[in-house]
Amino acid sequence: MQSNKYLPSLSLVIFLALWQAVASYSHSNTLPTPQVVAIVFWQAIVSGQLPFHLGMTLLRLVISFTISMLLGCAIGIALGRNKALNAFFDNWLVIFLNVPALVTIILCYVWFGLVESTAILAVVINKLPNVIVTIREGTRALDTDLMDMARCYHFSKTKTLRHVILPQLQPFLMGATRSGLALIWKIILVVELLGRSNGMGYQLHLFFQMFDVASILAYTIAFVAVIQLIECFILKPLDKKALRWRR
Amino acid sequence: MTDVQITIDNKTYAGATQPTIKNFQLSLTSNEFVCLVGSSGCGKTTLLNCLSGLDTHYEGDIQVGEQHTTPKIGYIFQNPRLLPWRTVRENIELVLAPNQSPAVIDALLDFMQLTKVQHEYPERLSVGMNRRVAIIRAFAVNPDLLLMDEPFVSLDPPTARDVRSLLLQLWQQRPHTVLFVTHDLREAITLADRLIFLASTPMRVISDIVVPIPRTQRHDETAIESFRQQLLNNYPDIKRLL
Repeated sequence: MQSNKYLPSLSLVIFLALWQAVASYSHSNTLPTPQVVAIVFWQAIVSGQLPFHLGMTLLRLVISFTISMLLGCAIGIALGRNKALNAFFDNWLVIFLNVPALVTIILCYVWFGLVESTAILAVVINKLPNVIVTIREGTRALDTDLMDMARCYHFSKTKTLRHVILPQLQPFLMGATRSGLALIWKIILVVELLGRSNGMGYQLHLFFQMFDVASILAYTIAFVAVIQLIECFILKPLDKKALRWRR
Repeated sequence: MTDVQITIDNKTYAGATQPTIKNFQLSLTSNEFVCLVGSSGCGKTTLLNCLSGLDTHYEGDIQVGEQHTTPKIGYIFQNPRLLPWRTVRENIELVLAPNQSPAVIDALLDFMQLTKVQHEYPERLSVGMNRRVAIIRAFAVNPDLLLMDEPFVSLDPPTARDVRSLLLQLWQQRPHTVLFVTHDLREAITLADRLIFLASTPMRVISDIVVPIPRTQRHDETAIESFRQQLLNNYPDIKRLL
């Protein structure tokens, strides 16, 4: 059991070693070695390019994520609690779930112009149905005994939401958050690639035109690292806090 | 004080062929402890749900206390129904009205010997403790009517006896009108001023009997047992119920 502690670091080292081996063996411009990528990464940070574009993308991520989660929770809870509402909107949900992300992005740009709010809207439209479906499932599984208790003791709507409903939805909220982060940032890159003049997607597009694989890899690593930091320093502690009452 | 008048002309669940409750009438005087005794499935829980306002689909009229006010109901369910993600104290605080002083919680926690664990989460406590918290929560709202739906049914006998005697002491200290549902005749005799025996489908009252044993002698098991025997001998209907 003791050695399990080192397995994650070991796997990372082996991954880097494999990358190094393949890169040195192939001697190709399209696969730079880890060292080359590290140097490019450092230069991009020092020049301020990487922090700027990464920052723009993260800003879009935070805004569109917040909007999708708030809206998705409200709609998801409403659909989960009200059968008629759900019967009516279920088809809409299926349609929006299955429209390809690229189609919504293109249509949004065509209809509303190449502006920032359109970019956010396109991301929200792509993420929203996922949140709604997840939260709706969670709401359907709410404990009716506890809901009755809240009703019997005259809990107000906000009190019921905060103390009875949201704690039960917590695992579903965390699920929607994790899958949301992964989904949203991928969509944001496409949005940026198609219609923005900054951000990760825009930069990646430039690097693609110049066949600058080292920069592409450097930017990717930066992004993966940021998401990992969010997981470690925000989501994991949230999980821990929310589950402190369990035996 | 709180008089309770219950008239349920008809309560039929959607899709059911027979009414669960029909032509049912019952009145409670204030601070009276009344036990409803009947076999399981006879509609006792349905009655309590109507009284608590959880179920409003019935024909009839329920009057708790003064007219045109929403009565405060304390409901102790078969399971404690505490919020597992809130501490013992938070669970009780949540039911208080905004103008109520939290001092009542301290007094009740102290009475139920739970002061030490007030900041623990319910799942870390024993079932008996959870029952006591549920009792505190119901008393904390200072209810016009206290409903209890077989609250001790899943406890082992010694724990049930302890919690029952705590409940009685608390009730004597802070009298409330109580409607207590059980199918355990001994428990009913120990607790009640008055016993209401119920037959099922549809639910109706078959006997309404005042318990003559003085409160000071309720801990005497032989007195309880002899009254129980007497009941069973005098009322063959009751015997069939249990």
